[in-house]
Amino acid sequence: MTVGVRHRVILTGRLTPLLLLPARQFGTLIGLVALCAVLWILTPHFLTVSNLLNVAEQTSINAIVAVGMTFVILSGGIDLSVGSLVALAGVVLGTGLQSGQPLPLALALALAAGLACGLGNGALISWGGLPPFIVTLGTMSIARGAALLFTEGRPISGFDESFRVLATGRAGFVPAPVVAMAVVYAAAHFVLSRTTFGRYVYAIGGNEEATRLSGVPVRFHKTIIYGVSGLMSATAAVILTARLNSAQPIAGMMYELDAIAATVIGGTSLMGGDGNLGGTLVGALILGVLRTGPNLLGVSSFLPQIVIGGVSIVAVLLDTVLKRKNRT
Amino acid sequence: MRGIRKEFPGVVALDGVDLELHAGEVHMLLGENGAGKSTLMKILSGAYRKDAGAIRINGQPAEISSPRDALARGIRVIYQELNLVPQLSVAENIFLGATPARWAGVIDWRTLHDRASALLRNLGMTLDPRTPVSRLGLAQRQMVEIARALSAGDATILVMDEPTSSLTSREVAQLFALIERLAARGVAIVYITHRLDEVFRIGRRITVMRDGRHVTMRPIEEVTVPELVRLMANRDLTEHFPKVRIPRGPELLRVERVSRLGALSDISFSLHAGEVLGIAGLLGAGRTELARVLAGADAVDEGRVLVDGGEVRFRGPADAIARGIGLLPEDRKAQGLVAGLTVARNIALPHGRQLARLGVLPRRCEVALAKPIVDELRVKATPTQAVRLLSGGNQQKVVLGKWLAGDVRIFIFDEPTRGVDVGAKVEIYHLMNRLTARGAGIIMISSELPELLGMSDRILVMHRGRIQAEIDGRDATEERVLSAALGLAS
Repeated sequence: MTVGVRHRVILTGRLTPLLLLPARQFGTLIGLVALCAVLWILTPHFLTVSNLLNVAEQTSINAIVAVGMTFVILSGGIDLSVGSLVALAGVVLGTGLQSGQPLPLALALALAAGLACGLGNGALISWGGLPPFIVTLGTMSIARGAALLFTEGRPISGFDESFRVLATGRAGFVPAPVVAMAVVYAAAHFVLSRTTFGRYVYAIGGNEEATRLSGVPVRFHKTIIYGVSGLMSATAAVILTARLNSAQPIAGMMYELDAIAATVIGGTSLMGGDGNLGGTLVGALILGVLRTGPNLLGVSSFLPQIVIGGVSIVAVLLDTVLKRKNRT
Repeated sequence: MRGIRKEFPGVVALDGVDLELHAGEVHMLLGENGAGKSTLMKILSGAYRKDAGAIRINGQPAEISSPRDALARGIRVIYQELNLVPQLSVAENIFLGATPARWAGVIDWRTLHDRASALLRNLGMTLDPRTPVSRLGLAQRQMVEIARALSAGDATILVMDEPTSSLTSREVAQLFALIERLAARGVAIVYITHRLDEVFRIGRRITVMRDGRHVTMRPIEEVTVPELVRLMANRDLTEHFPKVRIPRGPELLRVERVSRLGALSDISFSLHAGEVLGIAGLLGAGRTELARVLAGADAVDEGRVLVDGGEVRFRGPADAIARGIGLLPEDRKAQGLVAGLTVARNIALPHGRQLARLGVLPRRCEVALAKPIVDELRVKATPTQAVRLLSGGNQQKVVLGKWLAGDVRIFIFDEPTRGVDVGAKVEIYHLMNRLTARGAGIIMISSELPELLGMSDRILVMHRGRIQAEIDGRDATEERVLSAALGLAS
């Protein structure tokens, strides 16, 4: 490599982080602000505290599932089973509560169920050497079927107030689900940015072979990553069950798509190794606003479905184009 | 081809190379790894454009600026790796991309099979065009590849790049019979190989290349094996190597009769503190496989590995690292670095457990670990820059830095200076001196003979998965190393 070329590399090295990387993250944030501005102009009611908190509350469940999805996608995988795990964990929780188990035990059982299923996914992927897409597609079907079989397709409804407060309660004026979302994001962000496990998530997604040759137990950590995703699904299931006051075996349909959309809109690369949770939160909020917006505007509530699909494609397209530019 | 010149950024790959082909001859193109044989063939086949020189075909100047031009002039190339679709049949593969079809793309099977059988018969091959390629052996696949190369119009020149590298001796005989039939029909064949026995079996004339230059062109009757080796190896030793020899310390690593199916057989050697053990060999000799086994990346089938006199069994790279073995892999982008992470995080990657407390990394601990190493190695980057943005030499220093940050005493360098500019190369040599002075042992695999001769205390030469020769660094000459690498007794 000639001297001239090396200088260019170092030069772009200084400029790129300034120009490209934040642009991707800021872009998402700017998108959210712009979206809010449009809705504010169209309907002044949008920018009231109560409505914004409502949006945040609506967003919380998808946002929590998307945390797990972000871990998985950062590591270069995909988890299609999250929606079904929400249903399965919810059913475990509902059954536990209705059979009169103490609340902490019922919660622990539900979280354990989600974690176990996630670890199962991870073990099959890392030790079985199977593609994540296939494994989690299978689990998606198995978990959904198990939830339906277990409840014979009927919802489990009517829970004690001490449980429902997990959704209806407020800390000051902030709804409990929003508090839960904030806690989950803070904890997960700490794990991703400050722990060895978090570092390995990025490293595995960036270059699995180089990470393995560096002596990192890649299989073990990949298994944990899918465990985290299962645990996040179960956490979301707790809030969903409390909100609906009902555990439904058909809950969480298409959650995997929303979680993937939030992650991808938030700038996490589907190739792995690149992205962060801040982006995912903004992505989830964009989806939340897109879902509630039409209600406020009085247009068809089927519209968001189309818009979200479009936004996801544009987000990935943007990513691909930026990467291509970066490479040349 | 006359006076062909080709430059890549920073290197002259070909400088005034001549090649003369006659119809009906088998012309052997010889030279070490990196002598420029492949580059020359890529220019002939239109994959690269030449910077200077002229090509004449049948006396007429010919401009070949794309693979399409080369095809139109009857030039066909068969590369070392076969490019067949195993699920499809012989006939489908032969006419892939030119499948005879009726309207709307419906395949005309009868025409396809008729044409394929006619072609195969014409070439003297006894293959059923309906057989799926996945059921064929390697030699037969090679035949299909040749049939495909000859299917599109008349071939005048056929280039074969190490076609026998994975064939058994019976399959080689089949292939040679076919080559002779083709030559008898007037096709000029360029045959690239490292196997000297083949040169004398089917070659009519030879052209030897070295360091991107034309060395000689002779009829086969006028050369002998030792002369050929000398022609390929002899070069001016202009590069200077800052080798510092230090007294040999205690034994660090001992390898006893190690084998791995299909890659290594019966390898034994030892590595001492303060020593650079060079490993020479041609592509596919098993050098990288040996490096991977020692680094715990692949398993040993048979034999023992001892570190500091104690037997070790590696279940993965982590075990090897724990015993103080660090690998600088051959392909740093694919195996050495996580391109998207920063310099500091790459350097800290093997040391996460030591740095963290209860899994939590203290603030800036990775930068603190990496900073002195970045300074020592003079990496032209800050610890917080993404590795992706660094030049090849600086990236290589970062991979090295991963092991300098820990307790590694046995370094395995696989092609340490590949794709690295001259300045950084010399820095890497100096670093090797510092490491051995500190009591480390280095195993250096390299395809660059001057580097091996210049930096090694001892050289092991591998040939087809075995150690062919062990040569003391002071007695080693290019000819000795090369003849061992070619499988000739030394």
